[in-house]
Amino acid sequence: MNWEFHQNVADSNQWSAILPEIGLVVLALSLLLLDMFGGSKGRELVGKVSVFGQLVLLLLGFTVLRNNLGVINQETFAGMLFHSEFGQVMRIFFLVSSVLVSYLGSIFLRKNQLPGTEFYAILLLVTAGLMLLAQSNHFVMLFVALETVTVGFYVLVSYNRDRSNGLEAGLKYLIMGGFSTAILLMGIVLLFGIASSPDLKGMSLHAMKFSDLHVFLQLNSDNLVARTGVLLVIAGVAFKIGSVPFQIWIPDVYQGAPTPVTAALAVSSKAGGFAVLIALVSGPFKPMADLLVPVLSLMAIVTILFGNIAALTQRNVKRLMGLSGVSHAGYLLMGVVAMFSVPSAQNAVVFYLITYLLASFAVFGVMAHLSEKGKDDVQELSDYQDMLKESPFLSGVLVMGLGSLAGIPPLAGFIGKLLLFYAAFKAELYGLLGVAIVGVVISIYYYFGWIKEATFRFWKLPVLDGEEAEPPREWPEVTTLGKFTLGALALLTLLLGLYQGPLSSLIGD
Amino acid sequence: MNNYSILLLSTILVPLIVAVVLLGFSKLPKGITQFLATLGFCFPALGALILWINFHPVDATGYDYLMSLPTGLEGLGITLHLGLNGISAPLYFLAGIVGLAAGIYAMQSGAERLQQYLMLILFMQAGLMGVFASVDVFFFYFFHELALIPTFICIGVWGGRDRQSAAMEMTIYLTLGAMLSLLGLLAIYFQTDAEAFNMIALKKAVATSPIGGESQNIIFGLLLFGFGILVSLFPFHSWAPRGYAAAPTSIAMLHAGVLKKFGLYGFIQVALPLVPLGAYHWSSFLAWMALGSVLIIGLITIAQRDLKMMVGFSSVMHMGYCFLGIACLSVLGAAGVIITMVAHGLTVALLFLLGHVVYRRTDTYDMDDMGGLVKQTPALAAIFSAAVLASIGLPGPGLLNFFGEFTVFTALWDFSRTFTAIAVLGMIISAIYGLRAIGRIFFGSSSKALEAHLKENSIKDISTAEKIPALILLVTLVVIGLWPRLMTDDLHRTLDANFKTIDAKLAQLSVEVDEPVLEVALSSEPVIE
Repeated sequence: MNWEFHQNVADSNQWSAILPEIGLVVLALSLLLLDMFGGSKGRELVGKVSVFGQLVLLLLGFTVLRNNLGVINQETFAGMLFHSEFGQVMRIFFLVSSVLVSYLGSIFLRKNQLPGTEFYAILLLVTAGLMLLAQSNHFVMLFVALETVTVGFYVLVSYNRDRSNGLEAGLKYLIMGGFSTAILLMGIVLLFGIASSPDLKGMSLHAMKFSDLHVFLQLNSDNLVARTGVLLVIAGVAFKIGSVPFQIWIPDVYQGAPTPVTAALAVSSKAGGFAVLIALVSGPFKPMADLLVPVLSLMAIVTILFGNIAALTQRNVKRLMGLSGVSHAGYLLMGVVAMFSVPSAQNAVVFYLITYLLASFAVFGVMAHLSEKGKDDVQELSDYQDMLKESPFLSGVLVMGLGSLAGIPPLAGFIGKLLLFYAAFKAELYGLLGVAIVGVVISIYYYFGWIKEATFRFWKLPVLDGEEAEPPREWPEVTTLGKFTLGALALLTLLLGLYQGPLSSLIGD
Repeated sequence: MNNYSILLLSTILVPLIVAVVLLGFSKLPKGITQFLATLGFCFPALGALILWINFHPVDATGYDYLMSLPTGLEGLGITLHLGLNGISAPLYFLAGIVGLAAGIYAMQSGAERLQQYLMLILFMQAGLMGVFASVDVFFFYFFHELALIPTFICIGVWGGRDRQSAAMEMTIYLTLGAMLSLLGLLAIYFQTDAEAFNMIALKKAVATSPIGGESQNIIFGLLLFGFGILVSLFPFHSWAPRGYAAAPTSIAMLHAGVLKKFGLYGFIQVALPLVPLGAYHWSSFLAWMALGSVLIIGLITIAQRDLKMMVGFSSVMHMGYCFLGIACLSVLGAAGVIITMVAHGLTVALLFLLGHVVYRRTDTYDMDDMGGLVKQTPALAAIFSAAVLASIGLPGPGLLNFFGEFTVFTALWDFSRTFTAIAVLGMIISAIYGLRAIGRIFFGSSSKALEAHLKENSIKDISTAEKIPALILLVTLVVIGLWPRLMTDDLHRTLDANFKTIDAKLAQLSVEVDEPVLEVALSSEPVIE
């Protein structure tokens, strides 16, 4: 510990490398200040400032992050962060997701007349956490980032405090989240303890660093404590991605949380989990393939089957999205398993996540529009009847989103599935592939069942003389901004299914 | 890429663009909608006619009009690779003609929200043209799925009785079939070291290093069940009659007439040349199932009272002949299948169309509630009888059907004489239900239900607007029937080339591996030169 060492550590603190994250935090703090000192006018502006600020950061991300100021594929902050290309893609992914959640949030907050500043500010901090998570190269960093995300979600899930199922969802998420955090921490501690014990080969003083742990696990891949630690860490991550056996919280929490938060849980939180999983599997846990391939394969199989079968009987659209999201986690896990033998499978997972983001936000966007003033309970499948007649635009977007989630050509979701199947074929995971096919076929039933409710003609009881006809339901007006956003999501879903040029770097070997 | 290639591409793009326009501008004036739709239906039909007439493959691949556009999946060896060969050209033409007839019929069907209806049919038309124009295996599959989604929506929105459950059943069944065949197609790609995922590259790769025998069995099994479900092979047929009965007429015409041929086309164009040993392994199983399609479904067809259900079941039954032709694994059998596909595509579309014309007059599909209609509708009776005679395969209007089935039976004779003897019974079965249908609808005395209906409504003969699409189909059928060399010369050349490589491969493998199974494959080899 001499002068030179400290000098090196200080030099590695390249603050410019995390400019977008810093920007997000500054934006969050300035929103709070605006709320405090801006008066009622300032409070109205909060949402707009938040979305605008994020868009600026997104532009910054697209232009500057491309090269990440010359630190691509380098470690910074004394090895806390590693700026892989995959991390850059995920950073932009989380930012886009955050912008969309903010937009859905503005609809939700307006309809429910709730104060918005905290919503936006917490969302921004969660996003910053997710972006750091995707670049973490050290278990301490990983844990802190993951907790920033989780704690933020605790608040967001029960944001609608006046409603009992919102509180129920918040409590369930808190308990299950705390439980999974404990498991994750236990795993990290076990790994730290064993990897820094001096009587083992490859021990390291910096055992929490991914690269050092990789070396250690390579030399001690059959150490029982290390294996337990790895499994516990995987279990903690499984909670985030909503994979069996840690999926039990999903339906209730998805149902109770406000729609934009459900969308954030379904997309950002799940993608965050996969970012961690990919970083771990391609880095420190790679030597544990003999343990993780069977475990993750089993998880993927059960997850695909459970998610699809449980979603079959759902009549509540949010629960349906939650459980079908579980099955998507299963397909993605298949890609992660394939990564052990075919590293390029990672690209298939990322591509799938992108298509999943577009399609999910299209569906959640329609859901957010449908919710009525003062309540958030237009969630039954039967509420979607007559949609094609009353609101052709929204039903078009819905069909695009659901079709893509179901993996129907020519929509992006099909290409996503094709790439995953392709990777699984290369990795020779024939059993998993078979299960995935069965899952896709089952999923047709509920996705098309939903489309059926929204588009098909339904026979209605005729109104008899002397009876009063039910007052016609009010269908929401879609603002120009809403049309633009949802239309863009639907269009991108279609275009990405037809032409994958812009993402071709993710396709192939 | 020459002008003809561009024409080939635009037969897919024009209906697609028209459909997008109809989708984007939701409330166009009726005249403009009609004009655009006419353009969208006529262009592919005319284009297909021109391309078919000018079809002259010159290079060794057997393809003409080849072109290729990158779409972003080059990393996987996938490009939008279009072209026609002797097998696909007649089917491509079939898609154009049936699409034209179905489109014209839809335009004057008076359906609610006609613009959306036409828009979906145009999407389907684009997919249909694409299926048979694709050389790339991925796009071959992709266009099939593109055509399937409008089917689902149209049945649900514009369909008749039982439309919801029929649409769901059909979609789930067909997705299962599509997924299995996708797996099979991907498996072929991975088992060969082909540089691209298209039929030319795959054939080239297989010619130098064939796929191993065990893998071939698995791959052909996947394709057999996948394509089998898509073509409603017995016992996976239950979606078809119900789905067609519930579907609006134009959709039933397009699906039964063209889209269903996807699977059979896949067998002949992809499966037989690339995994011949697998085909040999499964051929007797396939033949038994096909026999079930012919006999069991044939008997079920006789029992139908509902006209639309009867046509639906009869189409399942005729697919049985096609599967028998494929099971023969010979040039003659495959050629018979293609001819039968074209003939059946035209005939079944015509029958669905005429069935609906009858329905418009009687307000029912129940044949027991009809009878004696020939007095009111002589012209309809004539066209309907011609269509039914064609469907039975009687020379005359059904020359092409007869020619196709006869070729299949000739090929089947070398495969197994018992099978041939049993399969020929199918001809009698078709005659029974076909002629009975004519009798019950048009001749004899009117039923009580019809008389009651006649008291309130006057029935007119088939109108000109209904006649045009019907005659388009009938005339095409008769013209090709009189001069089948229009398609058979090129068909023979392509199939011959395909089967030569198959024979060479079988011989080569049997020398290398010396498995007893393969020697059997060679000794019972039913190829006719």
